[in-house]
Amino acid sequence: MARAVTSRRKAINTAAAWTVGLLIFFPILWTILTSFKTEAQAIADPPIFLGFDWTLENYRVVQERSDYMSFLWNSVIIAGGSTLLGVLIAVPAAWSMAFVPSKRTKDILLWMLSTKMLPAVGVLYPIYLICIELGLLDSRAALVVILMLINLPIIVWMLYTYFREIPGEILEASRMDGAGLKEEILHVLTPMAIPGIASTILLNFILAWNEAFWTLNLTAANAAPLTAFIASYSSPEGLFYAKLSAASTMAIAPILILGWFSQKQLVRGLTFGAVK
Amino acid sequence: MATQHSRSAARMMMAPAVVLLLGWMLVPLIMTLWFSFRRYLPLRGGDLGSAGFDNFVRFVTSSAFWPSVQTTLIMVGGVLVITIVLGVLLSLLLDQPMWGQGVVRILVIAPFFVMPTVSALVWKNMFMDPTNGLLAHLWQFFGAEPVAWLSSVPLTSIIMIVSWQWLPFATLILLTAVQSLDGEQLEASEMDGASPLARFFYIILPHLSRAITIVVLIQTIFLLSIFAEIFVTTGGAFGTRTLTYLIYQRVLESQNVGLGSAGGVYAIILANIVAIFLMRIVGKNLDK
Repeated sequence: MARAVTSRRKAINTAAAWTVGLLIFFPILWTILTSFKTEAQAIADPPIFLGFDWTLENYRVVQERSDYMSFLWNSVIIAGGSTLLGVLIAVPAAWSMAFVPSKRTKDILLWMLSTKMLPAVGVLYPIYLICIELGLLDSRAALVVILMLINLPIIVWMLYTYFREIPGEILEASRMDGAGLKEEILHVLTPMAIPGIASTILLNFILAWNEAFWTLNLTAANAAPLTAFIASYSSPEGLFYAKLSAASTMAIAPILILGWFSQKQLVRGLTFGAVK
Repeated sequence: MATQHSRSAARMMMAPAVVLLLGWMLVPLIMTLWFSFRRYLPLRGGDLGSAGFDNFVRFVTSSAFWPSVQTTLIMVGGVLVITIVLGVLLSLLLDQPMWGQGVVRILVIAPFFVMPTVSALVWKNMFMDPTNGLLAHLWQFFGAEPVAWLSSVPLTSIIMIVSWQWLPFATLILLTAVQSLDGEQLEASEMDGASPLARFFYIILPHLSRAITIVVLIQTIFLLSIFAEIFVTTGGAFGTRTLTYLIYQRVLESQNVGLGSAGGVYAIILANIVAIFLMRIVGKNLDK
């Protein structure tokens, strides 16, 4: 006999889970709320939860004062560019490993993963020096390439685990029908692989958007993305909670929305297929 | 015939990714190794000749080294304990039947998507500030003296911030594992009169052990290189200087590249020790 779930027990579960969930989410909620307050209301004692005069003033000030759009644009270029470049390089590699595996495939996959374990700080100066030598310090191009390289192992792994789920019989059937390699990739594989590729792009865009070691250390005025823009608020001058909140909300809102769509892929992507 | 053709095509398709990653791994690694054996001071004329093993000896004998190792261990260990204990409890709670499960899941996962500089600054100013922070108001409400979080208990504060960021990750992975638990086995044990505590320790926890191991390994690798959270909160002051942060300061702040690179070599070795265990688990899974 299945365990009967009484509605009383369900109510208790619901109350407990919602309390914990809201508690964990609260810092984000508080930041969003504060972004609509005036600076005086933001530090009011006792704190005001909802009963304040909602204003968009902070968003206007942040955009005007700090050239917010250029930071946003840098984030979009760096995260988007590195992700697309990474996928372009990883799709053929993952395809061949999934469909034409050899004895060395497993070793290559594990080796690729091992490059991800290299601590960034261990190679900080060489990368810094190479960027200076090539005139690429504080350039978006350097960050596109570097973030592509640090995420490439994850991209290959995610695509590999997705491609492996495509049944091999379909490929064989298309080969029997006389399809060449090109037709096989274009008309048979691509349609089946698109969902996997899309979630890979999503997760890696998020990882690149939030990356905060290379973006902080290799950029100054020109190529700084939102991570560096927010870090510039670490030495406050005067009242700034509401503006910090507005800037933060703008920096995290797009990713929170994308993130909610990618939560299922998150487990697969970040555990390299070890937990599904 | 066809296989021969596709074999060589396959190799060609793998080549760009392999070559790029090989370059990305080898070039900086060799440079770091080279610098670690040189007296390299960019502000005082650059490469001033061979240093032998001096940098390696100086790095570990400097007064900052052992405190930084200790800070690193406390930080990584603290975050691991908090995220795993709370993560197990939370994943068991989220697995229960309830109303609005999808929404609660979204609320719990959200902190993982907040960029590190935002979460560090929001916590630092709006929660941990001793006069205007929300925690100070909460403490006052209960008649307690507000705590100056980041100056009196800086390490605890950073552990709290980082745990908040990583709890969603641990919860999500543990939840995936909990959901694959055999419900019938649990029911059978319940009918046999096993107490909830016994069921937890003899059925649920052993079932989760693999997922817990994976969470520990992956988080350790990411936590060893925590940077932004320290950078924008304390800047490495008040005993929050981890090994990663110490190397960063040697290399970029005091521009002692030789010394910093020797530290980098230590960090690489340390990360590799953890990585070997992770790779073993992942590799085993590939054979399935």
